[in-house]
Amino acid sequence: MRIRLVDIAKDFGRTGALRGANLDINDGELIALLGPSGSGKTTLLRVIAGLEIPKSGSVLFDDYDATAMPVQQRRIGFVFQNYALFKHMSAADNIAYGLKVLPRHERPSKAQMRSRVQELLDLVQLSDLAKRYPRQLSGGQQQRVALARALAVEPRVLLLDEPFGALDAKVRKDLRRWLRELHTRIGRTTVFVTHDQEEALELADRVAILNLGKVEQVGKPDEVYDNPATAFVMSFVGDTTSIPVEFSGDRLWYEGRPLNATFGASQQGRCRLYVRPRDVAVGDYVAGELAGTIVNIHRTAAGRRAEIALGNAKKLIEAEVDITAQLSCGQRIGLSFVKGRVFPE
Amino acid sequence: MVEFTAATHPPRPVTTETAPVRMLLIAVGILFLAVFLILPVIVVFSEALRKGWSIYFATFADADAQAAIRLTLLVAAIAVPLNTVFGIAASWAIAKFEFLGKSMLITLIDLPFSISPVISGLIYVLLFGAQGYFGPWLTAHGVHIIFALPGIVLATVFVTFPFVARQLIPLMQEQGSTDEEAALTLGASAFRAFLTTTLPNISWGLLYGVLLCNARAMGEFGAVSVVSGHISGLTNTIPLQVELLYNGYNFVAAFAMASLLTLLALVTLVAKTLLEMRYGESLAPAVGL
Repeated sequence: MRIRLVDIAKDFGRTGALRGANLDINDGELIALLGPSGSGKTTLLRVIAGLEIPKSGSVLFDDYDATAMPVQQRRIGFVFQNYALFKHMSAADNIAYGLKVLPRHERPSKAQMRSRVQELLDLVQLSDLAKRYPRQLSGGQQQRVALARALAVEPRVLLLDEPFGALDAKVRKDLRRWLRELHTRIGRTTVFVTHDQEEALELADRVAILNLGKVEQVGKPDEVYDNPATAFVMSFVGDTTSIPVEFSGDRLWYEGRPLNATFGASQQGRCRLYVRPRDVAVGDYVAGELAGTIVNIHRTAAGRRAEIALGNAKKLIEAEVDITAQLSCGQRIGLSFVKGRVFPE
Repeated sequence: MVEFTAATHPPRPVTTETAPVRMLLIAVGILFLAVFLILPVIVVFSEALRKGWSIYFATFADADAQAAIRLTLLVAAIAVPLNTVFGIAASWAIAKFEFLGKSMLITLIDLPFSISPVISGLIYVLLFGAQGYFGPWLTAHGVHIIFALPGIVLATVFVTFPFVARQLIPLMQEQGSTDEEAALTLGASAFRAFLTTTLPNISWGLLYGVLLCNARAMGEFGAVSVVSGHISGLTNTIPLQVELLYNGYNFVAAFAMASLLTLLALVTLVAKTLLEMRYGESLAPAVGL
């Protein structure tokens, strides 16, 4: 199902408000709503579900205006952040819940219900644990029961709120891969909320980045990572450091020293250059565009990260350096920017 | 600089007390219970059975005693369901919505705890009594509230209404609304969601609240005493009948009636414990007691 969100506004008087959010979700895609806490991503998901009614704006399901449609009629599957499994029901009963509350003429027979539940238990690989109660299941297993329960009603769209938030790193990774496979298999429109950019980039077909109640950019992971539309997207997706620069004539200047490239700057005057650590080349003191001093150097998973104080202003910039590079704190080095983007200040 | 020296006595967990302190605390607890709770209960039964079982049972053959028992059961049968519905509604409103005057509502619910029951009985006399605000009008229309069943029910409802609500409010606040939301997204109607998620989640708190409410409704003396008029065989509940018998030096009958209330309390306690043992396992997360 296609979903269109047009100018959604929702005022809470606290964080998580929406201020005119727009988003088009394609049929069958897996899309991530990514943003810091308080950006309104969960609120937007709840608006799609019908758990929140927007103050203004409209929600379209396949061009049908669903803004005022009650949550029960929307045929959505919602997986809550803490799973919200019914504690007094077994895993199988939890999954069967959506079928049991169907109006009588739509409700499947007992036998049909049992086989459907079995099917879903197989799908989420929990057939052995059907009789267990939620508190007898691990976090990852509860998560999968919640997913099976949401899928039982054949939802037109699957909505997941921070689906991996409460799980430890290893389980998280397995579940992520499993969810991706599941999505490929069932091919249902799926929207998930996350604050973890790595998760969004790895899992989603497209990523929508939210900030302060608005959608700042929507695009494929490559697009939002390589061509961020705003300074916020650039700094939120992937590591970024920035320095104040000035665009004057046809060159960028940092503290009176010209840089080799303009990095897309167009407006004359003060602006800000955003650079990812791996796009900072560190070399000999005399070789770089700018000079700096290493103030801190530490190990990351793949390499080393150096914090460099630039020039006299002591602006800090981060650079990724090779493990084999002979660098130490206090060393004077030269650096150049391989890639970067200029945004207005 | 402080010198750290090795401990001279064997280490013990920092969160427990030494053996003498523990024994002292336990002894104080048991002694207190024995003197103030267990001893009185024993006295009630021994006094009631002082002249043997036949005299004990003869108490209940008396028409006035039977009337008192019937009235007590009737009052509880009206007041407890009313306060159960009210308690669920109030705690739902307080736990799940934000609205103006919420803290006022919470304070009002506690009111009967802080007002002397005699005063709450008097309020109804002032309102509905012969010289009260609505008294003349009510009398003119043939409605009798004071010195009749409606007055006793009103006073009992007033005194017992915090019990269910007080049990449920913290429980519901802690549980939030996600279970209900989950039920709604799965297609359940609001009422169905309430029946299948809210009610099971609060079942233990609700049961406990209802038991307490019931015990108080049957045992209430002060408020009922003021509005009932003490008409033996008509408006006397069990506690009032106990007083009447005791003041008439009919000690065995007084204690026999009192033993009924005591039995009620004991049965309540045992029932609750048994239920918890039997179903506690499957409902453990829902127990908020």
